[in-house]
Amino acid sequence: MSGRVAGVTEHAAGGAQVEGRHRSLAIYTEDLRKEYGSKVAVEGLSLEVERGEVFGFLGPNGAGKTTAIKMMNGLTRPTSGRMSILGLPLGDLETRRRIGFLPEQFRFHEWLRADEFLDFHGQLYGMSRAERRKRIPEVLELVGLEERARTRLRAFSKGMLQRIGIAQALMNDPVLVFLDEPTSALDPIGRRDVRDLIRELRSRGVTVFLNSHLLSEVESVCDRVAIIKEGRVAAMGPLRELLGRQHAVEVRASDLPDGLLDELGRRYRLLESPVSRDGLPVSFSVALAEDEVPELARMLVGGGARLLELTPLQRSLEELFVDVVQVGGDR
Amino acid sequence: MRSLVIARFTFREAIRKRMVLGVLLLSVAFVGLYAFGFHAMRDNYEARLHSSSPMMLGFGVYAGMLEQLGLYVVNFLGGVLAIFAAVGSIASEVDAGTLHAIVPKPIRRWEIVFGKWLGYAAMLAVYVALMCASVFLTGQLIGGYLLDNTGPVTGLVVLVSVLLLSLTVLGSTFFSSVTNGIVVFMLYGVALMGGMVKQVGEFLANTTLTNVGTVVGVLIPSDTLWKLASYLVQNPGVAPLSNTPFGASVPPGDGYVVYALAYVAAAVALSCWAFSQRDL
Repeated sequence: MSGRVAGVTEHAAGGAQVEGRHRSLAIYTEDLRKEYGSKVAVEGLSLEVERGEVFGFLGPNGAGKTTAIKMMNGLTRPTSGRMSILGLPLGDLETRRRIGFLPEQFRFHEWLRADEFLDFHGQLYGMSRAERRKRIPEVLELVGLEERARTRLRAFSKGMLQRIGIAQALMNDPVLVFLDEPTSALDPIGRRDVRDLIRELRSRGVTVFLNSHLLSEVESVCDRVAIIKEGRVAAMGPLRELLGRQHAVEVRASDLPDGLLDELGRRYRLLESPVSRDGLPVSFSVALAEDEVPELARMLVGGGARLLELTPLQRSLEELFVDVVQVGGDR
Repeated sequence: MRSLVIARFTFREAIRKRMVLGVLLLSVAFVGLYAFGFHAMRDNYEARLHSSSPMMLGFGVYAGMLEQLGLYVVNFLGGVLAIFAAVGSIASEVDAGTLHAIVPKPIRRWEIVFGKWLGYAAMLAVYVALMCASVFLTGQLIGGYLLDNTGPVTGLVVLVSVLLLSLTVLGSTFFSSVTNGIVVFMLYGVALMGGMVKQVGEFLANTTLTNVGTVVGVLIPSDTLWKLASYLVQNPGVAPLSNTPFGASVPPGDGYVVYALAYVAAAVALSCWAFSQRDL
């Protein structure tokens, strides 16, 4: 509630400034909500994606990611909330001319040849015949299908269909591209190609909104990420910062008194359950912020344990993800 | 116009469908049989002219009758093609996900629906016009007999299929392909039945039956339009088919054409509206 009130005063004080900021963002959503009957798919999504960044959109199945992407692409109508894409409401056709979208459950008209398919989508973007003729070989080359221009999509493998889907999303040379699970059907080489392609897009200043379950992929290409849980943003920020904030330490100690572990477990999240045996040192890791480490040490030592080792752990995005999704969000 | 991109695409897609290919093959078979039948009828007529029991009526009556029946078949095939070509025009594309890459493009939702309708309508117009022409030409070439009102009749038969197309597209924004096919086909059947009920009512001078038939003919005017077309085809003097489902003894008013056009416009507008409200 307080955020909403603050937002209102902000608008009252410097509305022009706030609007100016939305205008400069690639994607802005505020309290975006979608209900299907009594089921809430997206609870209140507030996102800000800067222009030119590669933004990772993560979350467990059923968190509302696909619904959110559908709303951002005009496939689904939000129940409430505000949204602007490239500084304008989504209904604006000029805005849509500058967006590319690879849907998740894509199926294309398989009776078309690859070049006919791209020609059709180029026409939908309002491109002239000359523009399309020039652009089709370019995008085919970008996705590595230049040899397949005259093959019917019916004869394409899953991976090739995914590539042609990406090509379709790049036909209009967009400034913002939504890729919903772009590598799910690709083999390792295909995945690497897509990673390279995303980097290439970034170097040309294109904003990429990437929804992927492959955390290693997200980790290697994304500048910022948002982790969605139950239709809300549970964590959002630059990847490096998030990995640093949700940090963890490994503890090795002996002579842990009864009850101390339980007390630790109530306060922090234990990443592995330790087995406590009399006299022998135990090891376990604890997820906590860096500035909470002294307090953890004080609890251990003050509680009577012999603290042998306290090692900071280099966290991966996967660990952060599991953390945020299982417990997190209550920052 | 952006709808034209969709219309052209739909037209191309429709003529590639296996079902449409089947209809076309059947149509060719129909035209062949029809020409053969017409030929046989002409030979029979000529043979009997010189026999001891010549036909009572002029050749034009028989030729007109046969052409009227031929047009009825064309009318029916056009309706069937309209329903089955467009039965999943929206629903199956939503299910398959092919629309997910189209709707986000810089095109309005109504332009997508209108474009699809336009593409199918163009295909049906070409098909029905060719079929009508082959019926007329058969009469002309084999029997040397040309019906009156070929233009308006062709227009009316095209309108029947476009009307059923509009209903089918509308249904497709609400129902799955299978449900939609059943619903629209049943409505089509009800319309045929309504036309017969009305004829029986008129024949027996029974107001209730006539009214029931009229109401059905207003709700789904496909058969009403056919009655109008068949009346234009019938020989004004001797019309043996006028009291059958293939013809009309009392023509519906010309106002029905305007009504049918408004009906089509309303169905298309409603489809556009329904699709633009829909979550994909």
